[in-house]
Amino acid sequence: MSLETQSPVRAAEEPSGPIRHRRKLPRLAPLALYAAGVAVGALLSALTGFSLALTVFYGAVLGTLAVYAGSRAVEGRRKATDRLVTALVTTAFAVAMVPLVSLVYTVLDKGLARFDGQFFTNSMFRVVGEGGGAYHAILGTLIITALAAAISVPIGLLTSIYLVEYGSGRLKKSITFFVDVMTGIPSIVAGLFAFALFTLIFGNGIRLGVMGAVALSVLMIPVVVRSCEEVLKLVPNELREASYALGVPKWRTVVKVVLPTAIAGLGTGVTLAVARVVGETAPLLVTVGLITGTNLNPFDGRMATLPVFAYYQLTQPGVDAQAFLDRAWTAALLLIIIVMALNIVARLISRFFAPKTGH
Amino acid sequence: MAKRIEVSDLNIYYGNFLAVEGVNVAIEPRSITALIGPSGCGKSTFLRSLNRMHEVLPGARVEGKVVMDGQDLYAADTDPVDVRRSIGMVFQRPNPFPTMSIYDNVIAGNRLNSKRMKKAEADEVVEKSLRGANLWAEVKDRLDRPGSGLSGGQQQRLCIARAIAVEPDVLLMDEPCSALDPISTLAIEDLMAELKERFTIVIVTHNMQQAARVSEQTGFFNLNGVGQPGRLIEFNPTEKIFSNPDEKATEDYISGRFG
Repeated sequence: MSLETQSPVRAAEEPSGPIRHRRKLPRLAPLALYAAGVAVGALLSALTGFSLALTVFYGAVLGTLAVYAGSRAVEGRRKATDRLVTALVTTAFAVAMVPLVSLVYTVLDKGLARFDGQFFTNSMFRVVGEGGGAYHAILGTLIITALAAAISVPIGLLTSIYLVEYGSGRLKKSITFFVDVMTGIPSIVAGLFAFALFTLIFGNGIRLGVMGAVALSVLMIPVVVRSCEEVLKLVPNELREASYALGVPKWRTVVKVVLPTAIAGLGTGVTLAVARVVGETAPLLVTVGLITGTNLNPFDGRMATLPVFAYYQLTQPGVDAQAFLDRAWTAALLLIIIVMALNIVARLISRFFAPKTGH
Repeated sequence: MAKRIEVSDLNIYYGNFLAVEGVNVAIEPRSITALIGPSGCGKSTFLRSLNRMHEVLPGARVEGKVVMDGQDLYAADTDPVDVRRSIGMVFQRPNPFPTMSIYDNVIAGNRLNSKRMKKAEADEVVEKSLRGANLWAEVKDRLDRPGSGLSGGQQQRLCIARAIAVEPDVLLMDEPCSALDPISTLAIEDLMAELKERFTIVIVTHNMQQAARVSEQTGFFNLNGVGQPGRLIEFNPTEKIFSNPDEKATEDYISGRFG
């Protein structure tokens, strides 16, 4: 920060050499200026009827301007620009945090009401008012997501191995292109695809858990391919060459050298891909539907899933509307917890499976 | 079982670019052959073509003949994997497998080829290879620790142990000491002097003193200019190359009048 430390012997008065002395704002000055800005902002917003958001907004703008002006007067242009950009970056971060914090707070606030044992042990079978739970939907979500992962991971992983280790030329380019296109498919389109596919095979009115798994895997495969591809590319080519030079065939090199080296990243990528689809609603809405009882067989009839459960609790409440709303919020809270848990698992995987350095 | 390699009229390409042109050379068994020359002259490319590692890169190909004890390495029915099993390689940067322990790194060539081995047999191979690479004393108490935890010089000797554990006939070394300090370099040079009793060794080096110290034969590669193919300018006993070379270019290069 301070240039003084670099030139301690130079006289303070008349800087002439290439290393100049600079005056600095007192440490607390920016804080004081911001406080003043907020105070003025409160007054300003009081003119139009006091509001907290407006106060913070005025305060941030006025404070930043004051700090910039003050710094420019005392410290010079470079420092002032530095302070201005720091303020802008910090503001952007704060703005980005607002919806996140607000969302987590709201879901916690409204969801904790029904975050009880009954929610995890009861289904909605013959429940029209209070009570009931999402036992059936939790298990349904777990089963369908696991099935989707079972479909997507082999396909996605093998595709990425092809792209990194074997593919070349036009085929590789077109696969990469179509995987990118698939990444952008709206989830409802994936749902309609699975719906149409199974309707063509099994006739009208078909609803199966496995249909949902197929729809989810359409969304999941490109994510798995891209993340695994990036991870496999990170494996140093020297390791492949070391293996080839030992007379190891290519497929063995991939299976026994490349994949073990990349296992941490692959696990992380797959886990994040699961987290990506676990909360999908639209494709499950059209393919799996919803039931109130517990169905654990994805090959036989409708199943309940958490996102669809939350959707119906919200849109079609029964006689005791508040009970239905509470359950919807709790289902939303549970989904957030699952996604967060998956992210933590991904971090743990990348920590524990990473190649050891031996220290 | 050291073997003799004869190279005739070898042209090496990257795609359409001719990188090395018209190499004719005979590499003697149980000796060290050094390849020297300025950067980009194709000596590493030539070395990699000897065990068909060159063609691992997309578009890379070779014309001409490389014959090891009567067997054409580039014949249509020769499996490159078999070639690499009998011609091992040590790279410029130490590259132990990061997921494997020291023990597993040494035995990797056998394990990865899923050769069945009894524990005692594997132990024996590991100890013999590590002793062969002068590393046994330093690591014998921590064979189960990751190979990447060793120092650079130890890692390079680990890679040499890994290469000799599969009992190749020939050992290729691509600037094996360029990332190492002088003490580790000395350890590896001593090791090469021992290994040449059992293997044919070809080493690429930028260090002319190293070539003079360790090798019996020396080949000098050069190229006329950027974009031109590299050529083997002179191949002679090391003593002759460094005292009384046939070619002017060789003399210029080794006396530092060049580049």
